[in-house]
Order: sequence, then C-alpha cells, then structure tokens
Amino acid sequence: MGLEEKLPSGVLLTTVEGVAGYMRKASLWPATFGLACCAIEMMTSGGPKYDLGRFGMEVFRASPRQADLMIVAGRVSQKMAPVLRQIYDQMPEPKWVLAMGVCASSGGMFNNYAIVQGVDHVVPVDMYLPGCPPRPEMLIDAILKLHDQIQHGRLGGNKQEQVVNNENAALRALPLIEDKGLLR
Amino acid sequence: MSQDDQAQSHGEERHDTGHDEVVGTGIMPEPTTESTSGFPGSGAVGARTGMFGVRGSGDTSGYGGLVRQIALPPLAKRPYGDWYDELADAVAEHLGEEPRVVLHAGELTLVVRREELTALMWQLRDDVRLRFELCSGVSGVHYPEQTGAELHAVYHLLSMTHNRRIRVETSAPDGDPHVPSLVSVYPTLDWHERETYDMFGIVFDGHPALTRILMPDDWPGHPQRKDYPLGGIPVDYHGATVPPPDERRSYA
Repeated sequence: MGLEEKLPSGVLLTTVEGVAGYMRKASLWPATFGLACCAIEMMTSGGPKYDLGRFGMEVFRASPRQADLMIVAGRVSQKMAPVLRQIYDQMPEPKWVLAMGVCASSGGMFNNYAIVQGVDHVVPVDMYLPGCPPRPEMLIDAILKLHDQIQHGRLGGNKQEQVVNNENAALRALPLIEDKGLLR
Repeated sequence: MSQDDQAQSHGEERHDTGHDEVVGTGIMPEPTTESTSGFPGSGAVGARTGMFGVRGSGDTSGYGGLVRQIALPPLAKRPYGDWYDELADAVAEHLGEEPRVVLHAGELTLVVRREELTALMWQLRDDVRLRFELCSGVSGVHYPEQTGAELHAVYHLLSMTHNRRIRVETSAPDGDPHVPSLVSVYPTLDWHERETYDMFGIVFDGHPALTRILMPDDWPGHPQRKDYPLGGIPVDYHGATVPPPDERRSYA
C-alpha cells in the first residue's frame, strides 16, 4: 500500500534527482570549442541536416559563462591547454566535457611533443567520442548518451558518493595492456 | 653557360653521384670560419641510408638498402639567361660585387651574407629594376652538417610589377644564431620571424618583440631543429605496445 494508491489521477511521483536530471539534459548549452577538423563536423551537427535543435542545443555559445557543455573538437596543443582549462573554469556548475574525436580523447595521430595526449590530462571528461573525425551522427549519439548520463546523475550527498564510486571504479580498471579479452 | 647548360651539367653531376638528393642551396660560411663541406660545388656532402627512424637496429629484411647522396646545387655562372642577368646586374650594383647565385629547377636564389642582408632587401624592394614588393615569409632550415652555417633563413620574394619571384638565403652559425630583422623593410615578417625564432632559434636582431609564437613561452628548445626529438608516448593497445614513431624499428 504505497502513496501512489491514494493519489488522484493526473499526479505522478518522482524524485528531485529525477526531475532535475530531466530538466538538465533537455537544456544543454554547448560552448564553441572547435580546434580542428572535428569542429567542421560539430558545426554540421548544428546545421539543418543533422539539426541538434531537435535536442534543444543548436545554439553554440561563444561565452563560457553561458555554457555548460564543452565539446572539445580537435587536437589540443600544449599552448592551447591552459586556455582550454581557463574556459572550463569559467563555465558555471554543473558542467560536462565531451572529448570529440581521437585527438581530444588520446592524442590520436599526433603522438609527439606538441599535442596534449588526451584532453583528460587537463579537464575531467564525461564522454569520449572516437573517430577521425566522427560523423555528425556519432556526435549526436555521444550527446544522447551524455544526456542519459545527465538524466541519471545524482545530487548532493548522492552526487559525492557517485563521484567516489566512479573514481574507485576507474582506479580498479585494468590498463589496456592487461586486457586479455577476445581480441587477444 | 645558358640555363639549359646549367641543367645539363647538374644532370651530369647527378649521374656521377648516383641517387642524388638535393637538400637546399649551399651557402658560404662566414669569412672567418674554416669549413670544408656543404657548400656550392663541393659535390656530395653526405649520404642518407634507408628510411627515417633509428639506425642500426639489426633488421635484415632487405628494406632500406637505398643509399642517397646528399648534394647541394652548385653556384651558377653567367649568363644565367632570361631576366636573371638583368636582376643580377642590379644586385651587383648594390652589393658592389658579383652576387652569388644558385639556379636550381629554374628558380633563382641569391646567397648573401647576413651583414649585407638588410641593405640588399631595401634595394630589392625599392629599386625600380627590382621592385620585390611582397615578401611572403621567412623560412628556417637547419643543416647540422654545415659547420659554420648550420642555420639558414630563406626569404621568398615576389615582384608584382615585373611578375618575378626570387629567393634570398642567408645563414648563421649555430654558436652565433643572429640574423638582422627585416620587419622595418617588410612589416609582414613580424610574425614570420617570431615563428622562425620559435622553431629554429634564429635570433632576429632588431625585431620589435621577438617571443615564441607557436609554442608556450616557457618551452625549452626549438622543435624544428634536426636534433630535436619528436617526442610521443608508447601506446598500449590490447596487449601490445606501440612505441612512438621515431623509436620504432628501422627498415635500414
């Protein structure tokens, strides 16, 4: 015998987290952070053919203080790294980072002195998107997966717990060199 | 010797040295510096074997048996042909001596000492017979084997009046990497000189603010020099480790 049984019709019960997540995921404000060829695909995603407007995020903000999603589209050079970090710091909480393409994710083909080997050396990354460059469909897929992650995000103390759990899981994860999966 | 003769004699030299690889124009060292190789007419200055990468890895696959002689195009002798003689006359007037000219692939390069550079560039820009209004940038080159002239600065000029293009090349020793800044002649060279300084460590004396432009301000070294390591990290992938490109197995 729960509370639901006694409610009049037209009333739904949920949690604060559920509502907050639902609202947050439907109102992402991406910051423009195009650094290389991935930016072309990112711009295409916002255009009429792929139409990120369907998910309420076709307007890319040129001002980090009015944005909460940073799509790092391209390779990050050693000189750009402090700039990227400053833009990230200027974005208000809550905020997310999407590493678009292999260069932003791991350095990609630029395995040399000039390029940061993955933007996660500089800012925490919520979603990694492979591809060189990824097609707009792939970017939209990554964004939808990030939406899902945001919708099921926690608040307050639960959030702290989630952060700690994620950190521990990442610390326990095997490095790829230890990976003895099917492809070995 | 006409231009065709030039090409022919160059072709003969190529034949003599086998697989000939030209790595830029030769430049005389500073007058005070003793040096024996790497200058016009000296023929082969070295040899490259195989492909890039580490040497002596013991690989016996047979790849990289290739040996390429490195030779520099020789100084040209008059007559150069076409409009080149006209230009050389005007330049000789300003230099007070016959200019050193390299003709290669139908393109003319003036080889000048760095002390003469600024005055010559003013004349190249302003003389009605020359009128090279546009300088499209300064490139750096590093020739570690050319003792006394390791660092070269190359300027590409275009005369829109005459529709002519030439190249001006100067050099500086590694121990004294100073070349006069030409920002006063061609203001467009401001950022180009900063880039060449950043990548090669050539100091352009007289530049208004010679700081790094591509690398962070506190970066050590100059990345485009031949002895600068490529860097990179080994990549782990499903049980295998791939070393960075310049540390992989050589096919030489």
